[in-house]
Amino acid sequence: MIAAEDIGFRYPRSDAWVFRDLSFQIGAGQIFGILGPNGRGKTTLLKCLVGLIKTSAGTLHLPDAIGYVPQGFSTPFAYTAMDIVLMGRARQIGTFGSPRAHDRTLAAAAMTDLGIERFADRLVTSLSGGERQMVLIARALASEAPIMILDEPTAALDFRNQSIVLHVLHRLSRERGLTIVMTTHHPQHALEIADAALLLQDGHRHAVGPIAETLTENHLTDLYGLPVRAAEFAHDDRRSTTMIPILHSARQPSP
Amino acid sequence: MDATVQAQSGRTFGKPDLQGVGVSTGLVVLLLVAAGVSLSVGRYPVGFWDLATIAGGWIGLGPGRAGVEETAWRVVELVRAPRVLVAALCGAGLALAGATLQGIFRNPLVGPQMIGVSSGAAFGGALAILLVLGAAALIGLAFVFGLLAVMIVYLVSRQDGRSPILMLVLAGVVVSALFGALVSLLTYLADPNDTLPAIVFWLMGSFAVASFTKVAIVAAALVLFGLPLLMMRFGINLLSLGDEEAEALGVPVERTRWIALICVTAITASTVAIAGIVGWVGLVVPHLARMVVGPDHRRLLPASALLGASYMIVVDTVARTLTPAEIPLGVLTAIIGAPIFGILLRRTQRRGWEA
Repeated sequence: MIAAEDIGFRYPRSDAWVFRDLSFQIGAGQIFGILGPNGRGKTTLLKCLVGLIKTSAGTLHLPDAIGYVPQGFSTPFAYTAMDIVLMGRARQIGTFGSPRAHDRTLAAAAMTDLGIERFADRLVTSLSGGERQMVLIARALASEAPIMILDEPTAALDFRNQSIVLHVLHRLSRERGLTIVMTTHHPQHALEIADAALLLQDGHRHAVGPIAETLTENHLTDLYGLPVRAAEFAHDDRRSTTMIPILHSARQPSP
Repeated sequence: MDATVQAQSGRTFGKPDLQGVGVSTGLVVLLLVAAGVSLSVGRYPVGFWDLATIAGGWIGLGPGRAGVEETAWRVVELVRAPRVLVAALCGAGLALAGATLQGIFRNPLVGPQMIGVSSGAAFGGALAILLVLGAAALIGLAFVFGLLAVMIVYLVSRQDGRSPILMLVLAGVVVSALFGALVSLLTYLADPNDTLPAIVFWLMGSFAVASFTKVAIVAAALVLFGLPLLMMRFGINLLSLGDEEAEALGVPVERTRWIALICVTAITASTVAIAGIVGWVGLVVPHLARMVVGPDHRRLLPASALLGASYMIVVDTVARTLTPAEIPLGVLTAIIGAPIFGILLRRTQRRGWEA
């Protein structure tokens, strides 16, 4: 679906690489997580994958159409949720066209699939953060692109909504064979749903591979520069792993 | 799942849009009423039945002009009708241009003056008057310099193959200031007994010497450049999301925006050539229309055009009937537009740009 070979990026007239020599493949139907500390090029890499900016080195194969889910809206106009989801059909509608019945049906189906059809006619400015995130995911779904790329889909969401969004992404991947690429600040979220992950350490160092091999205690300790321990627990006949940072200064037992 | 989707979409989205039909009918009726009132009032009032008789003649009903006094039909058909038509077309064009610009610049405070078209066209027209080149040259030079102003804005704002919104707006301010100074220079050079008053009154704006030639010019500009804008109004929704988001959705952002800008330029320049600088219409009317139909440009653009036509007719009627001497149009649109805009600003500060 996506194949990157030794790709790198640096700003014009700058010698410093934001990232370089990155190679990875994202197969159809995979969920791919991108992790890394702030300012190490996650967003830049994501923009390259969406096709908004060109890589400065290497070769990058992208599918023709990508469903992009930004972190939020920035339009000053209060459109309805339905208006926003319809915009996912832009590629098929073209510059001088208007949405047809078919586009409206697909947009409505996308909202119904995510269980948000009840606020189709509400203004997006009146929706909560979690509801807006779902509207943006519905828009990407309505585009019928085989791949969805999300910029920190769980940022700014409360505990419950984080889970709902992750669950939806996992379901879309399994039911529809949708390929999903997302950046996240929570190793936990990648562990819950991702098949593979890319850890961006700095301009030159990175780790990529199946989730069990990349999201390890050692890698995460190295990546974030603080001790991280894995904790395993059982629930509903399953075993789950979570990653916990060990903060020595916090909650010291009083003598 | 398909059945549910059908049922759901049928319930939520398949209903005939009664509200939309009602609003469009209301706007058309408003326009007809405004036009009717404007045709009947003035220094020579024409009664409702006389007007109805004359109008009946246009669509082949009743005796038409034969049924009324000669002065009545001469005033209505030869003096007021072209004036009402020019006012309606200019109002529709300016409001359409303003609504488009507010959408593509994602800024409800933008109007056709912002990107330098008006001042460029004003300079071209003033130059034609100063050099006594005649009406055709006035229109031609207004077009040329309006386009030139936008091209300069384009070149100044362009960085790495893109024109960021902020740079476009700032370049618009710079180019407007430049052409404003050049217009001042022309008025300084003009003959105080002849070309100076001509330039000054033209700049203030007026529909006083309307003719069917002028109607044809503005109508042609509206058809050639207004229809493409109406066709791309869903694209204007997309551009209002911002460059990156629109591009990620598959919109050719630069191309779409420049097609829209060229259409806006041509429409604005044609109205400036015909009626001088009529400010505030392109800024205020889209706001009023947004209060009626909401921010979706698929509805906003046609609604703005209809409302702009009515608004311009009403303002022009007031301009020629309120006082014995006509009030310059640009003065009146500013006096009406500025307070409305101030109220809108305060309202939206509290509620966001919903309406």
